Amino acid sequence: MKYAGLLVMPAGFFLAIAALLLFPAPGLRAAFVVCGLAVEAMGLAVAVRGHMEARGEHQA
Amino acid sequence: MTPPPLPDSLFALTLVLLLLAPLAIAGVALINTGLGRSRSAAQSLLGSLAILAVSVLVFGIVGAAFTGNLPGAAGGAGRTFLLAGKPWNWLGAAPFLLGGLASALPQAQLALLFQFLSVALLGLIPWGSGADRVRMTAGCAIAAVLAAFLFPLTAHWIWTGGWLAQLGVNFGLGAGFADGGGAATVHLLGGLSALAVIWIAGPRRGKFPREGLATAMPGHNAVYVVFGCLLALVGWLAWNVAGAVLWLHGTPASLALTAVNTLLSASAAVVATFAVTRIRFGKPDASLCANGWLAGLVASSACAGIVSPGEAIFVGLIAGIGTPLLVEVLELALSIDDPSGAITVHAAGGLWGLIAAGLFAPQAGQLVAQLVGIATLLGLVFPLTYGLFALLNRFLPFRADSDGERIGMDLHELGGGAYPEFVIHRDESYR
Repeated sequence: MKYAGLLVMPAGFFLAIAALLLFPAPGLRAAFVVCGLAVEAMGLAVAVRGHMEARGEHQA
Repeated sequence: MTPPPLPDSLFALTLVLLLLAPLAIAGVALINTGLGRSRSAAQSLLGSLAILAVSVLVFGIVGAAFTGNLPGAAGGAGRTFLLAGKPWNWLGAAPFLLGGLASALPQAQLALLFQFLSVALLGLIPWGSGADRVRMTAGCAIAAVLAAFLFPLTAHWIWTGGWLAQLGVNFGLGAGFADGGGAATVHLLGGLSALAVIWIAGPRRGKFPREGLATAMPGHNAVYVVFGCLLALVGWLAWNVAGAVLWLHGTPASLALTAVNTLLSASAAVVATFAVTRIRFGKPDASLCANGWLAGLVASSACAGIVSPGEAIFVGLIAGIGTPLLVEVLELALSIDDPSGAITVHAAGGLWGLIAAGLFAPQAGQLVAQLVGIATLLGLVFPLTYGLFALLNRFLPFRADSDGERIGMDLHELGGGAYPEFVIHRDESYR
């Protein structure tokens, strides 16, 4: 699960890059960059959760 | 994009500042040592020295070539590809082993010195997080990976004409990604590296018992920690002002303001942390106040050359309020054992400073440029860092064996303690 989260994070980065290339309008561009960051935050949250679950199994 | 040439007086001032900047490294090393345990103090400080040396050597031999400061990559040249009609400069291409250093422009030489100091500080950030359990050789190997590849990549993108620095020219986003004092290249990267090291090495033995709350493992010497904060202030003032000259092309008139903003941000942060810990625990907490102070300095690294004094106070207040709360969340809710608080101080503080630089910058589009830079470090560089460290851990395990943790890293790795007249006692927190 930790690795799944870490693999999701680059998708957010590519979304931010796509925003630069596809949207010249400042509003849309900013919105898509924020969406990219949100995807990265979700990936990080999944990775943190995976870390906690792995620790729980290790302790049990 | 070639930066404007430096007048002789500004060159001399920047050189003097860069000679003071290592005090920030000394401060961070002392803070790391003080926040660790007494039985690992000598290993922590000797490790800091070894990491500094390895980082500098590896960066000089390999990393500087990819950063691309010297002739061969001057003026933002380097390896570039075209995408959607725009040039994407992704890697520096200077000679290896600092070839061409003697004939480089004085300004390029100063920039290189700044990067040497940055890479030395960067290596200490994950080292502090791995205190009391990470082996010295592993700490040096981590620093070598950072100095050879990860730092040069980000430093080129942000400082030496890479694609993030060119966001303003290519996409009309303000002045491009702005990071005068290394909030992204040093602190955010260092904080994220610290998270990767903590995940790979795991928590200290006894930190998270099977039942009940996390065990408190306070630092062994509050005097080191607070004195480290005072040393760090001198280094940070020099660092931020030198960065403002080199990377933000600040005029002499703006340099005193940069220093004042650094001081205001740190002061506001420590006052806020003092108040929060006093309200929360009834008494102010020395180590958390030190973390708050450092978080204020880190946040100022991004924005001291950009914001007004009032905004610098606001930046510091938010950093200072957030620091003790985030330390608690990371430890109690997310089971992250970070003895030096590097994730909170360096990653979160750097992140906040970079956002604040975008929020308060006068140019339109600067906030989006900052967010793209943050997305790059978080979404691309962090997974890459974790992958490289996980691979490194297969060949060179980060964590000392359980005996090392039991007797302390000093005896385990050095054969003698930092305080030989002290009797090593059994740690009651071991369960």
